[in-house]
Amino acid sequence: MPCIEARGLRKAFGNTIAVDNIDLRVEEGRILGLIGPNGAGKTTALNAILGLTSFEGDLKVLGRDPWTDRERLMRDVSFISDVAVLPRWIKVLQALDYMAGVHPRFDRAKAEGFLARTTIKQSSKVRELSKGMVVQLHLALVMAIDAKLLVLDEPTLGLDILFRKQFYDSLLNDYFDGQRTIIVTTHQVDEIQNVLTDLMFIDRGRIVFSTSMDNFESRYFEVTVNPDRLEQARTLKPRHERQVLGRTILLFDGADRAQLAAIGEVRSPSIADLFVAVMSRQPGRSQGAAQ
Amino acid sequence: MNTQANAVPDSSLQSRVDAPPVVPPLQTLYWSLRREFWENRSLYLAPLAVAAVFLLGFAVSITHTIRRIAQATSLAPEKQLQAITTPYDLAAGLLMFTGILVGVFYCVEALQGERRDRSILFWKSLPVSDFTAVLAKAIIPIFLLPLFLFAATFVLHWSMFLLTSAALSASGQSVSAFWTQLALPQMSLLVFYHLVAVHGIWHAPFYAWFLLVSAWARRMAFLWAVLPVLAMVALERLLFNTSNIAGMLGDRLSGGAAEVMTMPGTMPLHPATTHITLLHFLFSPGLWLGLVVTAVFVAGAARLRRYRDAN
Repeated sequence: MPCIEARGLRKAFGNTIAVDNIDLRVEEGRILGLIGPNGAGKTTALNAILGLTSFEGDLKVLGRDPWTDRERLMRDVSFISDVAVLPRWIKVLQALDYMAGVHPRFDRAKAEGFLARTTIKQSSKVRELSKGMVVQLHLALVMAIDAKLLVLDEPTLGLDILFRKQFYDSLLNDYFDGQRTIIVTTHQVDEIQNVLTDLMFIDRGRIVFSTSMDNFESRYFEVTVNPDRLEQARTLKPRHERQVLGRTILLFDGADRAQLAAIGEVRSPSIADLFVAVMSRQPGRSQGAAQ
Repeated sequence: MNTQANAVPDSSLQSRVDAPPVVPPLQTLYWSLRREFWENRSLYLAPLAVAAVFLLGFAVSITHTIRRIAQATSLAPEKQLQAITTPYDLAAGLLMFTGILVGVFYCVEALQGERRDRSILFWKSLPVSDFTAVLAKAIIPIFLLPLFLFAATFVLHWSMFLLTSAALSASGQSVSAFWTQLALPQMSLLVFYHLVAVHGIWHAPFYAWFLLVSAWARRMAFLWAVLPVLAMVALERLLFNTSNIAGMLGDRLSGGAAEVMTMPGTMPLHPATTHITLLHFLFSPGLWLGLVVTAVFVAGAARLRRYRDAN
């Protein structure tokens, strides 16, 4: 059974189509990065998956309809939505008590273990914590849930680089066990390049690009070319070109690596490079518009 | 319920192999109620503060009170009774009024607040249904608040009673006459019955209505809950020159006491003049109609909570 299966998923707010006829299949045990510009429909699509919004089309998460079966689905799904939304009045201790009270798969000892690595005190209220600490608390609570699907919408927003690094390490080492499925959206795409197993770009409500990371690494190459080799390189049909310090960097899809090595310095592109290349080919989007 | 015992689910070993572990619905409801008291401490702090201030005032003016009791012996029996019971009625009435204010403002905020601060996204990430969440919010003003108000009134009444008895015996007056006339245990029973039956069950449709509007309105839930109703009352008056809506609302607001007991006015709640009419109450159509309306409003609020996005 796939973890998530969507066919013709659509959601409109008035005249604005946030999610436009998406077909999607996420198998168990994958770590999917959902990347897209602001307003691309990522959060709406995730909200549909989490049972927070109604939708048109077919959508099954762990075999359930999230809209009609949210309560039961949430036994197996955990998520952090958008920004820190922990209630400001709650004390850390109360949050632990409550989670332990209502969630059959919450491991309190585990959450306390995560919190022990931070400077968060259990007697503190959320309103007394810094923004970074609130996110740390929320992550500690969510990672202590033995869920089958974890959805993280901008989980590291507002965190410094040290904690972001630590978070993704912890996600891989302490949380991911090869069976859970994780979906993560972030604008700091390059930080999750080594975390993901799958990658999906979404723009204006549609999936515009989708690949596994294995495929990504064997198919896409970036070549830094000196000006004298540029014409020769262009004959190999690069997908995208950009200028850096007087040299040109070309991005190739499915070209022969040996052939590329002859014209310049070859390396794997970053997700951000590929994102820019894909987005700049979208109709109506100039090269610079996709950030 | 013991938090520690519930705290560690036995899920980690068997969870993804066996059938999913489940939290009993009552346990989910229990924690949903606990969480309301964590968030809304005014539910118990406001009545406690009012009771404390009242008790302080009573203690300061105790000499005045025992003088009144001494003078009352020369009055007619009903005047005598009134002189003795007035402070107790005042205390109970004040706490009841506080309870209505606290309950209404609690309901107005209950479902709008969580959307405003977006914490609804956290609550909805947990396996608690919208119905359970809204049910907990309805149970607070309809059942738990009256019980807490009774506890506060009980403690306040008995503190007043002990203070007065001590002052009376210190000044050498008879305490037993005062005890007999006041009949505090019976009075406590009447207060309990009145709070549960009138302030909880009879008023339940009002609280459910405020919850419904709180689930619907994006802002100013109180105005949305009150102004359209007032407009309807005015419109009915203008168009038909009748006041059925106003009459119905007034009956619901103040007619409860007459349904649950016989008494000369609204006060005093004293065994000499007031008698519980429980059977009459249980068979009154108003009770059951009110409960049906409450159920409809609560179900509507739960449905709206599901559809409404965070603000």
